[in-house]
Amino acid sequence: MKIFVCIKQVPDTETKIKISPDQTGIDTAGIKWVMNPYDEYAVEEANKLRDANPGAQVWVLSAGPKARVVESLRTALAMGADEAIVINGEGLDNFSTAKALAEVIKAEGGMKIIFTGKLAIDDNASSVSQMMAEFLNVPHTTVVSKFAFNGENVTVERDVEGGAKEVVQMMTPAVVGANKGLNMPRYASLPGIMKAKKKVIKEIEFSSLNIPATDIKVKYSGMTLPADKPAVKMLSGDSSAQAAELVKLLRDEAKVL
Amino acid sequence: MGKVLVFAEQTNGKLKRSSIELLQAAAKSGNTVVAVTFGSHAGDVTAAIGHNGASEVHVVKDGALDSYNPESYTANVVAIVNKVQPSIILASASSTGKDLFPRVAARLNTGVASDCTQLTISGDNVTAVKPMYSGKAFATVNFENSPIKIVLMRANQLPVEAADTSKTANVVENTNAATDLKTLIKEIVKGASEKLDLTEANIIVSGGRGLKEAANFKMLNDLADVLGATVGATRAVVDAGWVGHGMQVGQTGKTVAPTLYIAVGISGAIQHLAGMGSSKVIVAINNDANAPIFQKATYGIVGDAFDIVPKLTEEFKKALHH
Ligand SMILES: Cc1cc2nc3c(=O)[nH]c(=O)nc-3n(C[C@H](O)[C@H](O)[C@H](O)COP(=O)(O)OP(=O)(O)OC[C@H]3O[C@@H](n4cnc5c(N)ncnc54)[C@H](O)[C@@H]3O)c2cc1C
Ligand SMILES: Cc1cc2nc3c(=O)[nH]c(=O)nc-3n(C[C@H](O)[C@H](O)[C@H](O)COP(=O)(O)OP(=O)(O)OC[C@H]3O[C@@H](n4cnc5c(N)ncnc54)[C@H](O)[C@@H]3O)c2cc1C
Repeated sequence: MKIFVCIKQVPDTETKIKISPDQTGIDTAGIKWVMNPYDEYAVEEANKLRDANPGAQVWVLSAGPKARVVESLRTALAMGADEAIVINGEGLDNFSTAKALAEVIKAEGGMKIIFTGKLAIDDNASSVSQMMAEFLNVPHTTVVSKFAFNGENVTVERDVEGGAKEVVQMMTPAVVGANKGLNMPRYASLPGIMKAKKKVIKEIEFSSLNIPATDIKVKYSGMTLPADKPAVKMLSGDSSAQAAELVKLLRDEAKVL
Repeated sequence: MGKVLVFAEQTNGKLKRSSIELLQAAAKSGNTVVAVTFGSHAGDVTAAIGHNGASEVHVVKDGALDSYNPESYTANVVAIVNKVQPSIILASASSTGKDLFPRVAARLNTGVASDCTQLTISGDNVTAVKPMYSGKAFATVNFENSPIKIVLMRANQLPVEAADTSKTANVVENTNAATDLKTLIKEIVKGASEKLDLTEANIIVSGGRGLKEAANFKMLNDLADVLGATVGATRAVVDAGWVGHGMQVGQTGKTVAPTLYIAVGISGAIQHLAGMGSSKVIVAINNDANAPIFQKATYGIVGDAFDIVPKLTEEFKKALHH
C-alpha cells in the first residue's frame, strides 16, 4: 500500500516578513523556509505506519516553486520517506493546490492513507486537506491527535472545541490532518540525510495536469504590515495600586469590561 | 442585491455569539439574509436568528445531526445552498466551520477564504482581510471564478448590537439529505471545562512557566471565573504536563482573538505571540521588566504574579459585581 504525505514549505516563524512591491505576496529574498510544522507530524505518522506494515511505502508531495520546495521534500526523505514528488508551479490558491495534489495522488495509484498537516502556518487556512478529500471522493478527518489503522479502517481522535475529543472511524482510503500531540517527529539521521541527497525527486509540471485557470478561486492583494501598536502603558505603585489602576483602565479607557 | 446564507451554530440551544456577529453583518449589507441550522435543538434558535436579521431560516431537525459529521453536514449544506442560491456564504472559523466549508467549496466548485478578521460586503461582492504569517502581515482576499463566495470569520471580530425582537424569520423545514457515510463518529469525549473554547472566548487569562507549577493554575482559574474568561497556556506549560494541549495558545496551539488577553508569567516568545498577537487589549504581568511580552502589551505590570493576581481577582470582583 502507498501512504502519501502532503507537505507545504512555509517561512520559518522567526523570519522577518517584507511585503513585495506589488503587495500580492511577500518579498522572498532572505526568507528562511522550513517544512510546515504540522507536516512533520504527518511525515512521522506515515513513517510509523510504513514501519508497521511490511511492503508499504511513504510518498511525500509538495506543490510550489520547484527550486525551493524540493528542500522540504529532501528533509522528509531524510526523516525516512521513501519517494518524493514535486508539483512545480507558482501563484496557486488552496483550491487549485488541492486539485493538483488530488490529481497526482490519483495518477500515482495505490493510495490507502493520505496525511496532511491540520493547517499551514503561513496562510493559516486549514482548507487544502478537506478540499483534496472531496476531489478524491474519500473521507477525511482533521485536527487528529491519535491514529490507528487495522488494515481496513482508520480510527482517529480529533480535537474539537472546549477540550472535547471525538473518536472517528473512517473507511480507507482516507485523508488525515495531523495535529500536535499525534507523535514526536524523529530527527533526520545522518545516513538518512546522505541517502536523501541521492534520491531522484519525481517532477510534475502543474501545467501538465489539465487543471483549468478557473480553478484559481482566491487571490491576495493589498498585503500590508500590521499598524504600529501604541507603546505599552506600564502601571506603577505597589501591587494593590497596580491592580486597582488596571481595572480602572480596562473599564474606562479600553472599555473591555 | 442578492442573498447571504449564514451558517448558524448553537450550543445546547443557544445561538453562538460568532453566529450573531455574522447575521448582523449580513443584515447590515442590505442583502436578504437566510440562515441554516441543524440538529434536534435547531428549533430553539430560530427566533434568535430572526431577531438578529435573517428573514428565512432552513432547519434540519434531525437528531442525527446533533454532532458534526463532515459527510452528512456537507450533503445538507450543499442541498440547502442549491435551494437558496446565495451569492455569499458566511460561517465562523470554528472547528466545524473550518472543517465543513472547504468541503462545501470543493463540491460547489467555488472559493473559500478562511480565518478572516475583516469583512466588507457590497452588493453581491465580498472582500475579506486575513492575517498571514502569524499576524506579521495582512492580506485582502479577492474572489475569482467563484459563483458563491464563502468567507469564514474568526470570532469576536465584528460588532454585535442588541437583537430586534420584533423581527422574525420564516422557518423552512428540510429533511436530512441522506448520504452513504464512510465516516462514523463513534464517541464524543467531553472536555474538562464547560467554559467557552479559547477560539471563541471574549476574555482569556493565560499562564506561562512563571506560574512555577501546575497547582498554581488555580489562581488563574479563580481570576477567570470572576471575569467569565477561558484559561489558556503556553507550550512550555503544556509540554511540562501542567495543563492539556487543548489549552495551548500559539503557533502550534490555538489562534485566539479575544477582546482582552491577560498574560501571566509569559515571556512572549514569537511562537506564542503568533497565536495571541491579534487580541484587542493585551495585559502582561511579568516580574522581568525586559520580557518581550511587554512590547506587544497594551498595559504592563512588572511584579510577582503570586502577589498581583489575587489582588486583581479581588478588584475585578468589586468592579463587576456592583
Ligand atoms: C503549482 C503550484 C504553485 C504554487 N506556487 C506558490 C507560490 O508561488 N508561492 C507560495 O507561497 N505558494 C505556492 N503554492 C502553494 C499554494 O499557494 C498553497 O499551498 C495553498 O494556497 C494552500 O495553502 P494553505 O495555507 O491554505 O494550506 P492549508 O490548507 O492551511 O494546509 C493544510 C495542509 O495541506 C497541505 N498542503 C497545503 N499546501 C500544500 C502544498 N502546496 N503542497 C503540498 N501540501 C500542501 C499540507 O499538508 C498542509 O499542512 C503553489 C501551489 C501549486 C500547486
Ligand atoms: C516550532 C515551535 C513551536 C512552538 N509553538 C508554541 C506555541 O504554540 N505556543 C507557545 O506558547 N510556545 C510555543 N513554542 C515555545 C516558545 O518558543 C517558548 O518556549 C514558550 O512560549 C515559552 O513559554 P513561557 O513564556 O511560559 O516560558 P518562559 O519563556 O520560561 O517564560 C516565563 C516567564 O515568566 C516570568 N516569571 C517568572 N516568575 C514569575 C513570577 N513569579 N511572576 C511573574 N512572572 C514570572 C519570567 O520572567 C519569564 O518571562 C514553540 C516553539 C517552537 C520551536
